[in-house]
Amino acid sequence: MQRTGKLESDYFHKVVDCQWACPAHTPVPEYIRLIADGRYGDAYLVNWKSNVFPGVLGRTCDRPCEPACRRGRVEDEPVAICRLKRVAADNKGEVVSRMPEPATARNGKRVALVGAGPASLTVARDLAMLGYDLVLYDAEAKAGGFIRSQIPRFRLPEEVIDEEVGYVTRLGGIELRLGQRVDSLKALVAEGYDAVFVGSGAPRGRDLDLPGRQEAAANIHIGIDWLANVSFGHVDRIGRRVIVLGGGNTAMDCCRTSRRLGGEDVKVIVRSGFEEMKASPWEKEDALHEDIPILNYRVPKAFTHENGRLTGVLFEVVAAEYDARGRRRLVPSGEPDEHYECDDVLVAVGQENAFPWIEDDIGLEFDDWHMPKVDPITFQSTLPNVFFGGDAAFGPKNIIWAVAHGHEAAVSIHKFCHGEDVAERPRPGVTLVSQKMGIHEWSYDNDISNDMRHRVPMREKAEALRDVRLEVELGFDRELALREAQRCLNCDVQTVFTDKLCIECDACVDICPMDCITFTDDGEEGDLRDRLKAPAQNLTQDLYVSGRLATGRVMAKDEDVCLHCGLCAERCPTGAWDMQKFFLEMTHAGPQCLTR
Amino acid sequence: MTYILKPQLHHPKLPTNSLGYTRRDYEGSVSTLCAGCGHDSISAAIIQACFELELPPHRVAKLSGIGCSSKTPDYFLGNSHGFNTVHGRMPSVLTGANLANRDLIYLGVSGDGDSASIGLGQFAHAIRRGVNMLYIVENNGVYGLTKGQFSATSDKGSKSKKGVVNHDAGIDMVSLALQMGATFVGRSFSGDKAQLVPLIKAGLAHKGAAFIDCVSPCVQFNNHNGSTKSYDYVREHNEAVNRLDVITPRDPIHVDYKPGETVRVQQHDGSILSLHKLNELYNPNSRAQALGYLQARQARGQIVTGLLYVDPDAGDLHESIGTVDTPLNQLGEAELVPGQAALDRINAGLR
Repeated sequence: MQRTGKLESDYFHKVVDCQWACPAHTPVPEYIRLIADGRYGDAYLVNWKSNVFPGVLGRTCDRPCEPACRRGRVEDEPVAICRLKRVAADNKGEVVSRMPEPATARNGKRVALVGAGPASLTVARDLAMLGYDLVLYDAEAKAGGFIRSQIPRFRLPEEVIDEEVGYVTRLGGIELRLGQRVDSLKALVAEGYDAVFVGSGAPRGRDLDLPGRQEAAANIHIGIDWLANVSFGHVDRIGRRVIVLGGGNTAMDCCRTSRRLGGEDVKVIVRSGFEEMKASPWEKEDALHEDIPILNYRVPKAFTHENGRLTGVLFEVVAAEYDARGRRRLVPSGEPDEHYECDDVLVAVGQENAFPWIEDDIGLEFDDWHMPKVDPITFQSTLPNVFFGGDAAFGPKNIIWAVAHGHEAAVSIHKFCHGEDVAERPRPGVTLVSQKMGIHEWSYDNDISNDMRHRVPMREKAEALRDVRLEVELGFDRELALREAQRCLNCDVQTVFTDKLCIECDACVDICPMDCITFTDDGEEGDLRDRLKAPAQNLTQDLYVSGRLATGRVMAKDEDVCLHCGLCAERCPTGAWDMQKFFLEMTHAGPQCLTR
Repeated sequence: MTYILKPQLHHPKLPTNSLGYTRRDYEGSVSTLCAGCGHDSISAAIIQACFELELPPHRVAKLSGIGCSSKTPDYFLGNSHGFNTVHGRMPSVLTGANLANRDLIYLGVSGDGDSASIGLGQFAHAIRRGVNMLYIVENNGVYGLTKGQFSATSDKGSKSKKGVVNHDAGIDMVSLALQMGATFVGRSFSGDKAQLVPLIKAGLAHKGAAFIDCVSPCVQFNNHNGSTKSYDYVREHNEAVNRLDVITPRDPIHVDYKPGETVRVQQHDGSILSLHKLNELYNPNSRAQALGYLQARQARGQIVTGLLYVDPDAGDLHESIGTVDTPLNQLGEAELVPGQAALDRINAGLR
């Protein structure tokens, strides 16, 4: 095998599983160490730079980092990364003075941003610092988009949104045109902007066209619209018996909100099996905790009604059948249909993009699914000066994806406005620095905690259900945060091997608690994986392989379950192993992303 | 020295043996020896061997003397009996323990200073009495703990780290053990676990005095040019005469060598030593041939390793002096105080 672990490659980035999995590539272990150190403000700023909304994301992120976390492979559960982020936000103290000052000089470029959600706000933050003049349009009275309209207040208090939107708007050069819906892209482009960014989300909730839908319309609500109405105070009650149709995170928000608005008998009824539901496991868990049963394998057939009033929903009971390729099909189970009575139904069966305001004749191409054709790297549409991001680009995803799109689109817009090729992307900034402080002393805490994942303290249920605006999670206090932070394995502190220093004494092999390291004859990767001290069966994790050593063998390390405890480096007599911190920062819009 | 404890977490697929233990359960505390010490590799090999032999840790007694090597029993088999004895006196303490409780498995761990200098007499006599034990000398040819003086096993003509030449003849522990009547003699190298682990397994399973001389480089004081116990020197001059597989009665037997190249030796406990010959002429069943071969190769500067001699029908000290089968701590009052009639019988036998 070729020697692996070149700094120019993605090798070390992939070892930091959380950062690799994060769409915005937030340096997770770095900020977790800062939290453990009590440096909450520093931890917040590391996040803010990377993901713009640490307080919001610390409560609502879909956490792609957590399933990726190495801790989840060496014991039961990953580090509670998301909720640690909230700890940084809760305890940060004064940070504004440490944020960039509003740009003093204008660069003369004007950019229009459609929709004031996380994607547009990210573009705005990145470009405002560079002196762009930005015009931000949104139909609602306040900026925030989906963050403000659909995430229930009991999960995300409004102050947090105001604060973090404020950190963007204070950067200057941003003109907010709130309460103004853009209804013609053609007209907007004609205003002569240097670029237009569309971050208008996926604003249309899918409906269920079943018998009885029209007749019982008064008590059948589209989930995301209903949530927005609750958020803006237009709705403050619901019937005693509520059925929520759908199995995604919106369904979970709907049912939990219902419980707080007078719903006593609230059920979620879903077509798929419980395990395959789109909702995140922890959101399902929270719903179950609030006494909301989730009934699966039931397909709605009709809304039942009497005298123009909804009486319930009729379901067909189905079973899952898998074909040879493992694809699931729902087939009738043969059991009799079931009828559930209710006073209100919330339909949360998905969201769609809607672009009625984009004209057919302006040269912006759409694909077969009525989505604009958008380059997945540059976020440029077929109109070179129009860029897309967030849910508007590739359909409903999560806030962190919108942020990642925003950063990339900002890079593209900056390059586009300076006459550069947007396809030429800037490399991230990387450093690799030894953490050795002395003999067996490292600049990070290499003692591995045996703690299991700590639960986030919650408000007492009866109290939480009384007020839809009362935050239900209390967040980790500092002491719990420290203990949870100590569970982090510091995967960014890499085991770096220098071939020519190795005397093949086996000390690292003997001390490694996870049997990661093997000295063996070279071979092809597949063969090598089988011959290691512990066979490397997780193919998603790379092998760290040295060049030929003095005995003709190679060192092969399976990254899969390495604890980054540094014992290999502590027991190495020659310093062939060293613990070096890999720090990767994405290159955002700015001078570094330009080639000239 | 490492200040943190070795993490308790282990590989999720770490195998367990029939006792339900993983290899990690045979570990001890974290080593306080210098980083890269050969002794730590020997400890790891002992851990692996005990795991593979499925030994109940509480049935093993590990004894040592004084020195770097004699510290190592703290770093393996944390749940076994341990006795860190006086300098050079481990063999007699081990002999006494063995006589008192013959049911334990005895592992003596010593170094070249402990066994070839202050304890040379003790070493010789424990071997010639045929005490049922495995005696491992972790041989680095240097006094590491006192900063690098030559030891009694340093080869004549080898150089210290400061460049001083050794003028005294080195003691060859393997030849000595053969001459003293050891019934299992091997030599290995801390940097070659594939060879060392089966040797330790076979030695532990051997009934009688088993001895392994394990060359173990001292990275701090004896791993330089001019040393004959450095990683590089040993790798360049290592001449392995055979490769050993130990097949316990529980293991499925599979043969992966051509017939004629393999010698099979059955030991008392039913374990089979499957010896793959690397040198066709070498016969591990002849003490005299072994001694001659060793000396011839030594004269050429080669270090002969492998299972050098084994007598599968060996007996031990208990057999030769006819001791009682039951460990002394399990004898009751009736056996220990047999009464006047028994005393009379003994006295009559002496008249």
